[in-house]
Amino acid sequence: MKKLLLATAATALLAGAAQAEDVKIGILLGFTGPLESLSPDMAAGANLAISEVNESGNFMDGAKISSVNGDTGCIDASLAVASAERLITSDKVSGIVGGMCSGETTAALQNAAIPNGMVMISPSATSPALSTIEDDGLFFRTSPSDARQGQVMADILNDRGIKEVAVTYTNNDYGKGLADSFQAAFEKSGGKVTLNAAHEDGKADYSAEVGALASAGGEVLVVAGYVDQGGAGIINAALDSGAFDTFMFPDGMISETLEKNFGSKVEGSFGQHPSAAGDGPEKFKEMGKAAGFEPTNAFSPESYDAASLILLAMQAAGSTDPNVYKTKIMDVANAPGEKILPGDLGKALQILKDGGDVDYVGASSVELIGPGESAGSYREIEFKDGKMDTVGYR
Amino acid sequence: MDLLNAIVALSNFVLVPAIAYGSQLALGALGVTLIYGILRFSNFAHGDTMAFGTMVTILVTWWMQSAGISLGPLPTALLALPFGMLGCIALLLVTDRLVYRFYREQKAKPVILVIVSMGVMFILNGLVRFIIGPDDQRFADGERFIITARDFKQMTGLEEGLAIKTTQALTVVTAVLVVALLFWFLNRTRTGKSMRAYSDNEDLALLSGINPERVVMYTWMIVAALATVAGVLYGLDKSFKPFTYFQLLLPIFAAAIVGGLGSPIGAIAGGFIIAFSEVTITYAWKKVLGHALPESLAPDGLVQLLSTDYKFAVSFVILLIVLLFRPTGLFKGKSV
Repeated sequence: MKKLLLATAATALLAGAAQAEDVKIGILLGFTGPLESLSPDMAAGANLAISEVNESGNFMDGAKISSVNGDTGCIDASLAVASAERLITSDKVSGIVGGMCSGETTAALQNAAIPNGMVMISPSATSPALSTIEDDGLFFRTSPSDARQGQVMADILNDRGIKEVAVTYTNNDYGKGLADSFQAAFEKSGGKVTLNAAHEDGKADYSAEVGALASAGGEVLVVAGYVDQGGAGIINAALDSGAFDTFMFPDGMISETLEKNFGSKVEGSFGQHPSAAGDGPEKFKEMGKAAGFEPTNAFSPESYDAASLILLAMQAAGSTDPNVYKTKIMDVANAPGEKILPGDLGKALQILKDGGDVDYVGASSVELIGPGESAGSYREIEFKDGKMDTVGYR
Repeated sequence: MDLLNAIVALSNFVLVPAIAYGSQLALGALGVTLIYGILRFSNFAHGDTMAFGTMVTILVTWWMQSAGISLGPLPTALLALPFGMLGCIALLLVTDRLVYRFYREQKAKPVILVIVSMGVMFILNGLVRFIIGPDDQRFADGERFIITARDFKQMTGLEEGLAIKTTQALTVVTAVLVVALLFWFLNRTRTGKSMRAYSDNEDLALLSGINPERVVMYTWMIVAALATVAGVLYGLDKSFKPFTYFQLLLPIFAAAIVGGLGSPIGAIAGGFIIAFSEVTITYAWKKVLGHALPESLAPDGLVQLLSTDYKFAVSFVILLIVLLFRPTGLFKGKSV
């Protein structure tokens, strides 16, 4: 009995000790809402990085890290702000992986993260507006800005010798940001956008929208929408009325659903989405499969990288205070230093502990530029014989 | 200048879609107008009634597809349509027994019945989402096109293509048949005549021995059949999603009111007026004008009066104008 009491007391003490050093990371994603199918694999990516660091035991003198989830609803700014506020003030997290969609991320950043001095690294918010936002050095993203994607799209069209296109975009921060940055880049390089028109998601019939686009004309129709939503309706209506038969698909459209539903009907259409070539993605794929989630799903690698960057920066700064380690994020992400691939986090922590430098490459070939966003590498695809083929990387 | 291309482009993007859409609206508006004429209230649950009938049809269609039953080039949904109608009739009769009859016996004012119908609307809304879910459902099968834009271009050598979908042709043919049947029923059969009598003057009809409960029952049955046909045709032509059916309420009511509530002919005319206004006002005329006008006059801009986002605003504006200047509608229905 005495032994038992002693053991219980000891465990209680140990637990108390462990809790004192516990570091919490908030995962702020749209677990509900229009992208709810992507968020579980994104959260799993972030948690994979956390458990990898925990297993290595090299983090901050053996401190353990745990994660807390917060829901943003993807399009619900007030929910996002409330969740971020809860993570920061009630759960007392030391860093946030998130938010997920551009509008909601902006709201959470401005109303919760900046007032409270919290670091946010978004894996998936791609609106160009976030590049110029006043962030006190607290906001980073492991995904590229759509301004970059707009430029890539203009390059692809120019290389294919296409001079006139019509653009339709889904009416939200993502669609409008991408369409506008593309139009600016394309017109600068001498192309012509005949019409840049919004479409609403969730309608039964897009023949009116397509009618206007067809009237404006163009060799190719650029569909900056969602494949499960209005994007599919636009393609259907365009094919039905014979208005367009070649399309350009940005990242929101590229998926297996697109290939399955339209593969044979959009021969010669092309597009691009953020994706890196090399060892990092391959290695992450293996690790993700072993951990039991789908690592190739969009933004899952970026989530792993976002969590890793926060933890490495903490280690480099020797502090979990966001206002201290925020200056280290760019250092650990970029050269000089030893290249760090997924699975090497333990090694990286050791190097940082010994006062060395690391250059985090990670699952999505992270290279942070400008205001702390990924430079971005894109995979260009084309439809041949009903299949989506990789043309190359840009 | 090329009139032929202009006509083809106009047909492809304006005439064909507007005629199909107009037929769907007309069928929906007929249901609304019948309820208004005979039961004397505006039924806000009509959009969701359409969704319910369509849902039953879709479920039966899926079952038939899995059992290998098909109509060849025509959509299987046509075979399933009678089952959808039966399901919808059952639903409306049950609703009438449980809800509307109580208020009818109380001699409730029309405005109370309108509120009641909103309650029914919310319940049907939930019911449909509960059974089939809130997502898009596609159930069209068979041949998609009578003629595709590409074939048309090859056949005629014209620059513009004309596509006619099977569902568009089917919509128009079915609508004509259903309307003919309805008018024959209302004008030639005993039950139809008693319905019209009841609509014209309730007390006189009661005095001449017409059983009001029978009239009400037949009305619900016809409305259910009309709503199901309208919903299935719309779903085949576009796609089925409970929320869009709820949104259809506005153009349908606009159509019924423009034509004159209580007037079946008005409902049909109203359906086409709303459909053509929506499509022509939001259409970008650049292509058609470019073909039709001499080169020097061809427009540079899109020549689009309103962006397509304002489609519903068009029905709203027409509704307001009619209510302001001619509250009884074009065909002298009852004033609202």
